[in-house]
Parts: sequence; C-alpha cells; structure tokens
Amino acid sequence: MQEEVKVPSLGESIVSGVITQWHVNNGSQVNKGDLLYELETDKITSEGLADFSGVIEILAADGDEVKIGQVIAKIETDVEASVPQEAPVETTEPEMDTAESPSAQDILDKADTLKQSPAVERLAAETGIDPDTLEGTGKGGRVTKGDMLSAAEGEQPRIIPEDLVSPNPPIIPQPPEPEPQPEPIPLKEEAPRQEIVPVKTQFETEERTSRSKMTPLRRKIAERLVSAQNNAAILSTFNEVDMSPVMRLRKEMQDDFVASHGIKLGFMSFFVKAVVSALKAVPQINAQIDGEEIVQNHFFDIGVAVGTPKGLIVPVIRNCDKLSFPEIEKQIIHYAERAKDGKIGIEDLQGGVFTISNGGVYGSLLSTPIINPPQSGILGMHNIQERPIAENGQVVIRPMMYLALSYDHRIVDGKEAVTFLINIKKSIENPSRLMFGL
Amino acid sequence: MSETNDQFDLVVIGSGPGGYVAAIRAAQLGFKTALVEKDAYLGGTCLNVGCIPSKALLHSTEQYAFLNEEAEHHGIEVSQLKINVEQLMSRKSSVVESMRNGVAQLVSARNITVIKGHATLLEPGKIKIFQKEAPIEIAATHTIIATGSAPIELPFLPFDGEKIVSSTDAIKFEKVPESMIVVGGGAIGLELGSVWNRLGSKVTVVEFLPQIAAGADLDVSKTVERIFKKQGLDIHTNTKVLEGVVHESSVTLRAEKNGQPVEFNAEKVLVSVGRKPYSESLGLETVGIETDDRGRILVDDHFKTNVAGIYAIGDVTPGPMLAHKAEEEGVALVEQLATGVGHINYDVIPNVIYTDPEIASVGLTEEEAREKHGDVKVGKFNVAGNGRAIATGHNQGLVKVISDAKTDQLLGIHIIASGASEMIASAVAHMEYGGSAEDIARTVHAHPTISESIKEAALAVDGRAIHAVR
Repeated sequence: MQEEVKVPSLGESIVSGVITQWHVNNGSQVNKGDLLYELETDKITSEGLADFSGVIEILAADGDEVKIGQVIAKIETDVEASVPQEAPVETTEPEMDTAESPSAQDILDKADTLKQSPAVERLAAETGIDPDTLEGTGKGGRVTKGDMLSAAEGEQPRIIPEDLVSPNPPIIPQPPEPEPQPEPIPLKEEAPRQEIVPVKTQFETEERTSRSKMTPLRRKIAERLVSAQNNAAILSTFNEVDMSPVMRLRKEMQDDFVASHGIKLGFMSFFVKAVVSALKAVPQINAQIDGEEIVQNHFFDIGVAVGTPKGLIVPVIRNCDKLSFPEIEKQIIHYAERAKDGKIGIEDLQGGVFTISNGGVYGSLLSTPIINPPQSGILGMHNIQERPIAENGQVVIRPMMYLALSYDHRIVDGKEAVTFLINIKKSIENPSRLMFGL
Repeated sequence: MSETNDQFDLVVIGSGPGGYVAAIRAAQLGFKTALVEKDAYLGGTCLNVGCIPSKALLHSTEQYAFLNEEAEHHGIEVSQLKINVEQLMSRKSSVVESMRNGVAQLVSARNITVIKGHATLLEPGKIKIFQKEAPIEIAATHTIIATGSAPIELPFLPFDGEKIVSSTDAIKFEKVPESMIVVGGGAIGLELGSVWNRLGSKVTVVEFLPQIAAGADLDVSKTVERIFKKQGLDIHTNTKVLEGVVHESSVTLRAEKNGQPVEFNAEKVLVSVGRKPYSESLGLETVGIETDDRGRILVDDHFKTNVAGIYAIGDVTPGPMLAHKAEEEGVALVEQLATGVGHINYDVIPNVIYTDPEIASVGLTEEEAREKHGDVKVGKFNVAGNGRAIATGHNQGLVKVISDAKTDQLLGIHIIASGASEMIASAVAHMEYGGSAEDIARTVHAHPTISESIKEAALAVDGRAIHAVR
C-alpha cells in the first residue's frame, strides 16, 4: 500500500506554508510517529509526524511552498527500505551518502513536474531562488525570466541556510544583570541565546553582505507592522514605576507560592492584573475600530508577547479578569513551553484585546511598541534599573521601570491613555489595590 | 431537414476559416450546428480566392523565378523555359479544390448541417436563408456572424474585373499582363505583385504611406523595400493615387508623389488597399446590431454583439483581418458558449507576408515597443551570416528580436527570410509562454538551419551573437 503524506489543515486562515526541513531522507524507512518535516506558515510552525510505517518517497523539497492538503510525500507500507541493498557494504561513510541523496533526488523529482524555461533555470541556479516558490506571470502560471529577476532583486543568492537566519534583530547583548532583573518569561531567556548563533555565522562569512529570503513568518510580521503604522494613529505615552513593592511582595510570597502552586511567582501576573484593572477604568482602550464602527469589548483576553527563535508571537491569555495570579503564571509557562516547541496553534494567537510586550528581558530602557491591530493599545515593559529618585524630599535609590503605552489615537484620547498608564503605575506600586478591584 | 423553423443550438453564418472552424468545434462539443454559406463552396475567401490559391501561385512562380534567374548559377542549365499560365492556374484550382473537398468532408463528418444560401437575421434567434429555391427560416439559440470581408474599391477606380481588378481577379489572369500597377503595398499587393513580376510583368507598386508592408517594423519595411526593388518591383511610397483613366487596352493613374504629380500607365491595375467587413444585407439593422463607421460589427471581449445570442468573429469585427485570428476566435467563442471559458492572446498573433523572402512577425514593432515599454533591448541578425541561408542561396534577410530591457521578456520578433512563415511559430510559442530573449538564446536550434538566425538575434539582444561581427 502506498499512503500519502498530506499537509494537514492548520486553521482556517492558513492556506499554505513552507517546508523548512525534512527530518528524514528520501527512500528511507520511517516508523509511525517519526518526525518527518517542519512546516512554517505565516502564523505558526508545526511538525508533521508519520501516520504510517514504510519507505518514504519525498515529493517536496526543503524550502518548497506547499498548500494545505498537498501531497508532499508517499509512504510505501509494503516494502522495507532498500537502502541496505543499495549501499555498498564497504561504504565507509554511509551517512554522507544518505545525507546527500535526497536533495539530488528532489531536484530530479522537481524536473519531472514542470520544466522551467532555460533562462529561468539559469537564474535559479545562479541565485538559488526556487522558481516553484514564485507566482509565475506566464501562461498557466509559469515563471518567466522577469519573475525571477524581480524576485532576485529582493533576494539575491542564498548564502546562509535559511534556518540560520534569525528574523529578530540580531545583536542584543544581554545587559550586565542589573541587580533585580525581572524574571522573564522562561522562553525569553533562551531566545536571544539562540539568536547569537546566526549572528556569529554572518560575521564569519567572507561576504560583506549576504541575502536570504524572508520567511513567511517574517514577511507577515513585516506586513502587519507596516499596516499597523499606516492604518492607525499610533502615539506613545510614558511613565515610570517603582518596582520595589512588587519585588518585596514576590520575595515574601515566593516560597509559599512555589510550595502551593509548583511554579514561581513572576512579574507578569502583576502586570496582567494591572492591565485588566486599567482596562476596566478606561474602557476606550478595550475598544477597537471596525470600519465606521467602534467595537467595545467586554472581555479581557490579553496577549503576552513571546520571543521565539523564529520571531515574536503573541499568544493570548483568556479571561484574565477571572484568573488568579497562579493561573496566569501557569498559562504563561504553558505558552512559553509550547512556543519553544513550535506548537503554538493559530487559535492561541487570535482574539486578544490588548498586548503586553516586555522589552526589558533584552535590556531595553525605553521603547515605543507598535500596536497589534485591530487592538487599540499595547503596554511596553522595560528593564528594571536602580535609579536615584526623589521621595518625600529625599534622594533614594529605587528599582525603577519605564512603562510605555502605545495607543491608537483615533479611538483613544490622550487623557484616557495617560489615565490608563497611571492606573497601571498605581497598581504596580501598590499591588494591594489589585485585591480590591481598584 | 424540414423547410421551416429548424431549430439549432448554433448557426454559423459564413464558412471561412472562422466559421467552419467554429462549426466543427461546436459539433465536437455537442452543439446541433448549422453552417450557412452563400457561395457555392465552403472555405470562404481564404480557401477559395485568398490565402490558399495565392500560396499556390507564389510557390509555382518561385520555382519559375529560380529556374529563370538562379538555376544557371547552380549549374542547372535550362533551355526553352516558358510559363504555361493555363497549367499554372489549373494546378492552383486543383489545390483549391482539394481544400474545398477537405473542408466539406470535415464538416459533414461532424454532422453539421450545411445550408447554401444568403442568410439574413429576422430577429434574434431567427434567420432567413435565401436559396435558389424558396427561402427557409431556421431558429438558433446562438448565432455567429462570420461573414468575413471583401476587397475595398476605390471610388474613382471601380473594379471592372478586366483592367481594374481585385485580388480575386488577380489570381486568375489568363495570361501574364505586360504591366501591372499595384495600388497598396500591403501583404496582398506585395504577394500578387511578386507573382506577376516573376512571370515577367512590369510591376509598379504605389503606396500612400511612407513605407510598404504598413504596420511592419521600420527596419523590416526598409529592408524588404530594398530587396523587392532589386527583384524588379518599381516601388513608390508616399504616393497618393488621385484618379484613373481607363483606355482601350491600358489604364493611366494620376497620382501625387511627395506633393509632385506623377503618372503611371499599365495594362492592369490591382487595387489592394485593404478589405472591408462583409456586413451588408445580413439584417444587422433589422435586429439592431451595432457597427462602427467602417461597417465592422462591434463585439465585446466575449465576441458578443449588443444583441443577446448573436456573436461575431473574424474579419467582420475590428482587429487584424487574418484567417488564424478568425479561427482562434471561433474556437474561443464556441468553447465559451459550452464551458463559460475561452480566451485568445491577441498580443501574440503572427502576421506573414509570403513574398520571397517571406516576412513574418509577432508582437510589437520596435517603435511600438519603445512607446509602450520605454526601455527595450533590440537584437538583430543579418541572415547573410547564416550557413544554411548561404548554402541555399536564400541569404537575404534579417531577424530582429525585441525584449523588455528590465525583464528581458520578448515583446516582438520580426523575420525576413526564406521560410520565415514557418520560423515564426517558434517565436510565437516562446512569446505565448512569457519567454525571454535569453530563453530563445538558450534553446538549441538545429544546425544548419535558417532558424538559427532567430537564436543569433536573441543572443544579439545581449550583444553576444556568435556569427556576427560587431
């Protein structure tokens, strides 16, 4: 029996993705449950597992754009892998053979499907651009030389393998730990560290510049950021907050909290709760423009930006008004772990009313976040720094954090934005307010 | 069939290349189809008095011209060479006849009802056909008008079939006229002018525009003018015929060349200034079908006239009057009626003039390309540098390839060469698929063939033609 491996449905808005990597070689034996490939879409990255055991015939190459439902491989369930017979007994490095054969086979397979014009083939060879990934303007969607040239204008030879290129700004050295660094979302600790790898690679290449194709995720990020900037009147307001009360509270409660809930009490739950309180006080921020209408949200689903090796994603914590501190912390950890494994689903990213972004984990002192449309506000958290401040006529040293609120000025007035941010400041500087719904 | 009210899915009026092809395609797609033809034979102008007979004459006379002018150079000595016009015409007629039979066979094999007679639209879906016997009426769900075109007459020089003739007459002269004036240096004039020139007639071509082969790329028309003049055609461009005086055995044309009065005298005058749509007495006014000021039936992108259920294709509609255009339109229209989809790429319709050398082109001229695309690249190759052309003695000609400077996409290809009519097909195919000049340059062409000239011209687009000194 020959079973087909199809790209699974990943949510209604996703129609295609790019196979970033095959984990098996063409013609090799796979077992049910084996990891076959990684698929990246503009929203999520997912993994495909084998549903059958048998010999796999791979029909789509690494980097191919594939559609949902497309057959990307076949698994022959009746035969055993023929590799042992093919491989000469005395092959000293069988692994190299198997590692190289699939790509050559892939090229042959592709040649069978649609012959490209000679000029297109030359450009494909020279630039490394796979014509199959382009939308052809020629007859029947054929890729023309012009298509290749315009693709090449944006993306010259692929010198760096795609998975080594980080979509995030490459160099953000971890700042020397200022004493009370907020405990970051677990994943974020890892993200920047992973990103150092490509940076190093880039510096090591001989070329002064090098180019690579944008991944669908990065392209989507770029699109959304520009669209947010173009379509909303984004303005930012700033404040600063004394973190010592929250830090004191965490210190006092940490042992009991861990003992009772099995996880640590972080900063994020405070900010999520503070945002809920502020959204209740200033409902305009929990509203959004839809065409000619204003949609007022009466729920509190809050997105928490999480850096991943592939880019920033914003999973949404539902009904934060009804969640306890430990429940919020658990959700954040849950998402962070899923993100690390590339298992965030599209439904995890949808429907938030407000976003919290913590640039502080990377050491940012101050920034103006861009809102996540159609939301109307985003809170930027930053680095905690000990700074001298005046308190009751005295200069004292306090762990301070700058807060930024970017908001859509079309729907939120300045007064409301400032009130919102001051409300958060009050909640963080006096967390007991959160207990009383103030 | 019964005498009245026969009902058809599709009635095609006119059995030229547009009409009979549409009828066959419709029958293939399961339409109950009728084909109406007013003439005795199917096939229309093209088959009976146009493309096919003229190609027969062109081929025969080309052989004659070779024997007459070049054979000796090849070591072929011919004595007492003479032309037998009767046999020439008889062969031409047998060619036409075999084509007529072929079309009739194809049509009958598809169970298409052929009705000989003149069709007039009575109302949408109802057609009256005047025959030798009593007229009949038929009904049609869809009606295609494919009535083609007829030669244009000059008002001061009416056709008399003897001295003032149209192309229809010029393919059936019984003897070689001593001299002939061709008014209009387009495809028809140049082809028939060549035919009689080869047979010894003194041929003068009078063209109103600054160039012959109007619509051709300027390089092309300049080159062929030089070649044709060498062959003995007396070509006068920028010359406007004002009046004609018909004498006992000749005609005098008074004309103005670059503002100066000139006179031409000849035994016969071929008026080939173009063709007009054949749209009279079809009942267009009765059903209210709109035409333009030149009598062409106005249609939308889907060949629909302004009257529901009535369509028009080919020469009777605006656009180039070419058999292959009409054929494609017939197929596209019928497929559209059957499936909802049918498409023609009007940007890549080839055009051929069957002189020696032949002139074939597709796409834009250099002038048009510069106007529409701004920056373009042009590659030219002189056929004199082609091995096969030299070997066969067909070394006059030029190939010109025009591509977009940025994308290298082919915009136009122009060929003057022996066999250009066959060579153009590969150019059309490249362009149809969005090909670039480089695509042609990287496509293997058999050696030695004159077709290699296309490849060389494509290479020349990037300044890297192999067999050219630059």
